[in-house]
Amino acid sequence: MSGGAGATTRRRGPTLLREAAIVIPALVLALLVLIAIAAPWLGTIDPTLLDPTLRNKPPGYVGAIVRPDGASGPFTFHMGTDSLGRDIYSRVIYGTRVSLTIGAFVAFLSTALGLTIGMVAGYVRWSDGLIMRGMDGLMAIPPILLAIAVVSLSHAGVAAVVIAIAIPETPRVVRLVRAIVLTIREEPYVEAAVAAATPTPLLLFRHVLPNCVAPLIVQATFVCASAILVESILSFLGVGIPPEVPSWGNIMSAGRQYFRLFPHNILYPGLFIAITVLCVNILGDAMRDRLDPKLRKRV
Amino acid sequence: MFGYILRRLLSTVPVMLIVAVFVFLMLRIGPGDPAAIIAGDNANADQVAMIRQQLGLDKPLLIQLFVWLRDILGGDFGESFFFRKKVADLIADRIEPTLALAICTTIIAVIVALPLGVIAAMKRGSVIDRLVMGFSVLGFSVPVFVIGYGLIYLFAIELPWLPVQGYQRIANGFQPFLRSIALPSLTLSIVYIALIARMTRTSVLEVLDEDYIRTAYSRGLTPLQTLMRHALPNAAVPIVTVIGLGVALLIGGVVVTESVFAIPGIGRLTVDAALARDYPTIQAVILLFSFVYVMINLVIDISYLLLDPRIRY
Repeated sequence: MSGGAGATTRRRGPTLLREAAIVIPALVLALLVLIAIAAPWLGTIDPTLLDPTLRNKPPGYVGAIVRPDGASGPFTFHMGTDSLGRDIYSRVIYGTRVSLTIGAFVAFLSTALGLTIGMVAGYVRWSDGLIMRGMDGLMAIPPILLAIAVVSLSHAGVAAVVIAIAIPETPRVVRLVRAIVLTIREEPYVEAAVAAATPTPLLLFRHVLPNCVAPLIVQATFVCASAILVESILSFLGVGIPPEVPSWGNIMSAGRQYFRLFPHNILYPGLFIAITVLCVNILGDAMRDRLDPKLRKRV
Repeated sequence: MFGYILRRLLSTVPVMLIVAVFVFLMLRIGPGDPAAIIAGDNANADQVAMIRQQLGLDKPLLIQLFVWLRDILGGDFGESFFFRKKVADLIADRIEPTLALAICTTIIAVIVALPLGVIAAMKRGSVIDRLVMGFSVLGFSVPVFVIGYGLIYLFAIELPWLPVQGYQRIANGFQPFLRSIALPSLTLSIVYIALIARMTRTSVLEVLDEDYIRTAYSRGLTPLQTLMRHALPNAAVPIVTVIGLGVALLIGGVVVTESVFAIPGIGRLTVDAALARDYPTIQAVILLFSFVYVMINLVIDISYLLLDPRIRY
């Protein structure tokens, strides 16, 4: 099935374009990480600072603010304010932290879980049927529904949201790892290692794991992109992160009611999410073409 | 062939059983007392004790599971403590808008995505191809509700052609219904179009490399004839597969879209139930949506037999 796909890769545009597909999104993501780290120094104010007199101001509005330390002065609200008078620019910039953190944590958690479970399923024969039927069951539940259900079980918090998003993502990683393990275990060097009485954990670590790294990195980028989207959706629906935390989804959730009059509440965080997820997706696609052409059939 | 259909039909039973067990256990092994969770935050100790007894939560886990499964197979999903109604009735009331939204979205998605994917494949490397692929990645990257608000802004506020929100039942007339469902379906179809167009392109590209396509051209068939008679039928299986798998995306999207457009369907019910921690409803909705997802993919698996005569089981 991947024959045609391989042909596409060969006939694909000039090298420069392929390099651009990795370099540009990587640069934009690096910039976003910098923004997340440097959030306090980017001309932001406290993203939770409320001011009832500054509610629903348009982007570019100049108003006087009183900082918590008592100092007051004029401040330009580049992206306007929300219905509680909070600065959207500050919330969006601080929101970068929340979204990137959640994306990274979910990608790490589901990759680690999926790798462990997948290696066991692929290597320990008797466990395979049981584990994979369980994964089939999990995959039969639409991911957003599963996440909503898991989140509603516990009281909302960042950790609960990370777990709720990671659970539906994990079975896909398990399947991937298991498939790789099943092909690797037939390789002569694995048979040689078995013949040399290598303990199973060492064998998995030394011979199987290295073969999983490239496809897992690709998969992790897609999980990361999807996690950022799902977080925004959960928060938007009001079942995600506590509303006072400035996540992109929460900003839009707060702006929902007054969307007709003040679309800027949705516009700016929406733009940030789109750019972030777009870059992660393009980077993932480009890395997949580079590292593992067999993986092109992503669904 | 009927043996295969039967086997495939039976194979959905364990999957649904696992989903059911998972949904059952979720509430029991999660943090907190299930009776207290079901009763809600405002319940007193007596009410919690009553619920515990009513639901048999004091009995052994395995017995609880069997009783619960038996009730569900009999169509009894319990009672919503939040809406004070039978869950089955609650869902029945709200099925029309959700079904309408899902069907309209699928129709739009297939009508738009198939030609896009085919054109992209036939003009590989062209500007059109790049535009389609770019649109596809973009469609995967923008949250459904941002697309929804964007479309509302364009077609309901700037250009006041369509209603901003709300749903008109079909019984109230077909035109108002279509007007109310147009924007939600369009919103939800974007990600589905992205998915189907991408797979159509890949699948048609693969087929175009085959010898029989060259033969068809050499027999003097026009590109359109070649496409309709030889390329598309051979590319159909992966495309239909992805349409089936995309139903999971569609269901997730329904939940969001119904919230954006204030459509009183099952998706909106799911969110309301989650916000109210109305467990019987959440459980029923998950079971229902998973069942639909599994059944659609079952039908698609069986359709391979019609789509590809080479497949014999």
